[in-house]
Amino acid sequence: MSAVLTSGLRLELDRIRLSYTGDPVVDGLSLTVQPGEILVLTGPSGCGKSTVLRALAGLLKPDAGRVLADGELVTTTSRDRGMVFQDSALLPWRTVRSNIELALQLRGAPRAGRRERAERWIDEVGLTGFADFLPKSLSGGMRQRVQLARGLAGAPRAVLMDEPFGALDAKTRNAMQGLLIDTWQAHPTTIVFVTHDVDEALALGDRVAVLGRPGQPLRALLDVPSPRDAEVSRTELRAEILGALHQ
Amino acid sequence: MTAIAAVTAAPARPAETEVSRRQGPAKWRGYTVKALSVIAAVGIWQLLTAGHVRFWLRFDNLPTVTQIATKFIERLGATQYWLDLMQSVIRIVSGFGLAAVIGAAVGIALGRSRLFADIVGPLTELARPIPAIALVPVAILLFPTDEAGIVFITFLAAFFPIMVSTRHAVRALPTLWEDSVRTLGGSRWDVLRQVVFPGVLPGLFGGLSVGMGVAWICVVSAEMISGRLGVGYRTWQAYTVLDYPSVFVGIITIGALGFGTSAAVELIGRRLTRWLPRGEENGR
Repeated sequence: MSAVLTSGLRLELDRIRLSYTGDPVVDGLSLTVQPGEILVLTGPSGCGKSTVLRALAGLLKPDAGRVLADGELVTTTSRDRGMVFQDSALLPWRTVRSNIELALQLRGAPRAGRRERAERWIDEVGLTGFADFLPKSLSGGMRQRVQLARGLAGAPRAVLMDEPFGALDAKTRNAMQGLLIDTWQAHPTTIVFVTHDVDEALALGDRVAVLGRPGQPLRALLDVPSPRDAEVSRTELRAEILGALHQ
Repeated sequence: MTAIAAVTAAPARPAETEVSRRQGPAKWRGYTVKALSVIAAVGIWQLLTAGHVRFWLRFDNLPTVTQIATKFIERLGATQYWLDLMQSVIRIVSGFGLAAVIGAAVGIALGRSRLFADIVGPLTELARPIPAIALVPVAILLFPTDEAGIVFITFLAAFFPIMVSTRHAVRALPTLWEDSVRTLGGSRWDVLRQVVFPGVLPGLFGGLSVGMGVAWICVVSAEMISGRLGVGYRTWQAYTVLDYPSVFVGIITIGALGFGTSAAVELIGRRLTRWLPRGEENGR
């Protein structure tokens, strides 16, 4: 576990207010993400889960408050804070391999060896033989596998995931959750995972945060005992989260 | 948002696009009908002109198909014909080439930079409604040589459709692509190189197709007005000396050149945008 502590980024939100145009979507939110943990963000729709993620990524400047990564102020995007989106975020003119190679290129990896490393990632996410396919020729689940590989290939110290499995059917979604856990264990990093699916939150998270309406404090911030162990019954915790969601 | 919808609605199998193509005997019947249609039109032309038909329209003034064909063969053997042709092609290549590069660059800058849009945007909007050919007098006064003037008119004609469609394409780019490149550690330049340049290609090629069409209109018109050489000049010249078969040789040549250059733009465009949901995907 010591490797996890040294490589994962510590993310802090300090009384942030976020808005696009007009009324704030998030107001006065404070939350700390521990290095190397998987923190799941959930909440009623429209509560600003994705907006918080964009602020953590540096894609959205807070109107007030601070976003800190390992104590340093976040002002813009960085390859240390990668992001995985719901769908269609792959560059459609690049093949599977070339999309993953782009992540290596943008993080400054030398040209030599990029191809081999991309191939290893393709194998790791179970897409062997699909290296030369364009995104349009892949299923939704396969595209998300590529996004996962692309998001992690640059070895970011935190990965922000915006409902990455939200558009997939239940069976594919379960497989992808398993793949995410395996990959994360092989390449430890801090993960902030946004979902509106309580079961997904419980299957992945070390902790689950339930966001409230703008200006409200966090509705709940719950530890998941023996996280990611499928054998453990989580009925009570599930009820608690559902209770917080439907407050 | 339509771009996002188009991307997500991508077909899973590239082969599906082939289904609508006709095959076997149906394909040959199609070719036969098309060929017969063209032959019939040429035949009617021959009948109308050789028979000196006059019913308000005066076909007796026009050369027959055989006269045009004879003249065409004769002209194909003349150096002058090829000099004119090359001169027009050089004008198109330089005027249209400049318009493609500058139009794409200005379109991207207009779409990406607020400041640039505020400074240059109003000027382009004011100049856009003026047909390039109306600026021929200005071009003659402004440029020391007719040659530069003609290239300028051609450039101007092609510039606006290319610039406008590029600007639209930039604004229609899904922000998700930019966000993903930035969160992979990409700089502003990386976003431009990895997202904007390839992403605007479908829109840019739409503009190039339109631009090529108007570029030919303007190069031919400008040559008719102020040229010393070129297919447009030669065609008008033939008309003034009552050499009507040569007029038609000129018209057909202009048509063939327009068709060839448009087809080239179309072909390159298709090759560069195979990744589109409906794009062809040979070899991948």
